[in-house]
Amino acid sequence: MYNLLRYLSYLAIIGLAIFWFVTRPERLDDTAMAGLDADAARGETVFWAAGCASCHAAPGAEGEARLVLTGGMEFPSPFGTFHAPNISPDPDHGIGGWSALDLANAMRHGTSPAGAHYYPAFPYTSYARADLSDIADLHAYLMTLPASTTPSQPHGVGFPFNIRRSLGGWKLLFAQDGWVVDVSGDEATRGRYLVEALGHCGECHTPRNALGGLDYARWLQGAASPDGKGRVPGIAPGQLDWSDIDIAGYLTTGFTPEYDVAGGHMAEVVQNLARLPEDDIRAIVAYLRQVPAAPAQ
Amino acid sequence: MKKTLTALTGLALAGAVATTALSGSHGNEAAMAAVKARKAQMQLYAFNIGLLGGMAKGEIEYNADAASAAASNLAALSKLDQSRLWPAGSDNMELGTETAALPAIWDADSDVMAKGTAFVEAAAAMEQAAGGGLDSLKGAIGPLGASCGGCHKAYRQPNN
Repeated sequence: MYNLLRYLSYLAIIGLAIFWFVTRPERLDDTAMAGLDADAARGETVFWAAGCASCHAAPGAEGEARLVLTGGMEFPSPFGTFHAPNISPDPDHGIGGWSALDLANAMRHGTSPAGAHYYPAFPYTSYARADLSDIADLHAYLMTLPASTTPSQPHGVGFPFNIRRSLGGWKLLFAQDGWVVDVSGDEATRGRYLVEALGHCGECHTPRNALGGLDYARWLQGAASPDGKGRVPGIAPGQLDWSDIDIAGYLTTGFTPEYDVAGGHMAEVVQNLARLPEDDIRAIVAYLRQVPAAPAQ
Repeated sequence: MKKTLTALTGLALAGAVATTALSGSHGNEAAMAAVKARKAQMQLYAFNIGLLGGMAKGEIEYNADAASAAASNLAALSKLDQSRLWPAGSDNMELGTETAALPAIWDADSDVMAKGTAFVEAAAAMEQAAGGGLDSLKGAIGPLGASCGGCHKAYRQPNN
């Protein structure tokens, strides 16, 4: 009996050790960003393509105020309410003390400088595909923006989702840093980078499973809105039947082919995409044409 | 006894629901008239922007006179007095799927007037630009769309 107990406790310790090992927050090598020539001007394009302001500017901010990344947007979800943090260059309340490597660990692996897991409301499952040189440029650009001293709000997340270590298991199950769609041609390849990595379109347009992992088999085929109200439309072939010109027009002006206009979060996305060069918009359209079609309804 | 009670409760509930629905439909007539008028106004916007947007996208051949006429219509429409179009209670909490107008429009800290003004200004800028060549029109279409989006982002329930 005593032997059995001892045996079981060994098993438990080994189990815990394995859990601890597989759920450890991943990091890049310390030299990963060495030698990258950071350029704030290029970083501005990365900033708009990645849509940072949509969530990290104060809710309702317009114009220049969208460059003050004070945080505050709420993300209601089945797991609790997440709050976008302050990522302005303030050293105390923002990320002023972060190196480019810290930003890369956050975006590629969802790992904080202190080595904790971030919640995937921060779309690192998409940013995991971002080029390190783009992250270096983005870091340089972010540091040129105005500082804000507004403290970040704590997340309103209950047990068991408040155990951050368990996110290591979530990442193990659902994080995927390879490309989702096989594409051909330079234009569609650029478009894939913009959609699957920086633009993180799949985070809202792809359905999720019960644990919040993306269902890659139904990529961009539409999903329930994370706040529980309404649906985010499918944009895979067979669903989005607009012409190339109409999609490009929508992404830069917000006008649909019927001259209704984008609302909700998509209006934020349009504000960001309007800052990108026309070639990039065409690239997004080229990529969308190569996404696997949604099954006929 | 218990069954009778349950049946009575059920009846009372049904009565309460019916009363609410009736009083709702009466009180909503004025609000529904305003919703209809709003939608008509939006359609007139879209009809005129449709010509300008079609030219910007290259689907319709550019014509300075036609573009100017559409842009002038839009500017005139943007200046109509809208105070009777937005009575209190004509939001989607009161009227359900009849409208996508969010109650936040009527909140004390609503900036819907400022966003409306931004649209009036963008329409005026388009009126200036539309007859001055295709590039001039193209330069004004983005800001015009953004000004529409300003209201629709904050004050319209996404209906996808």
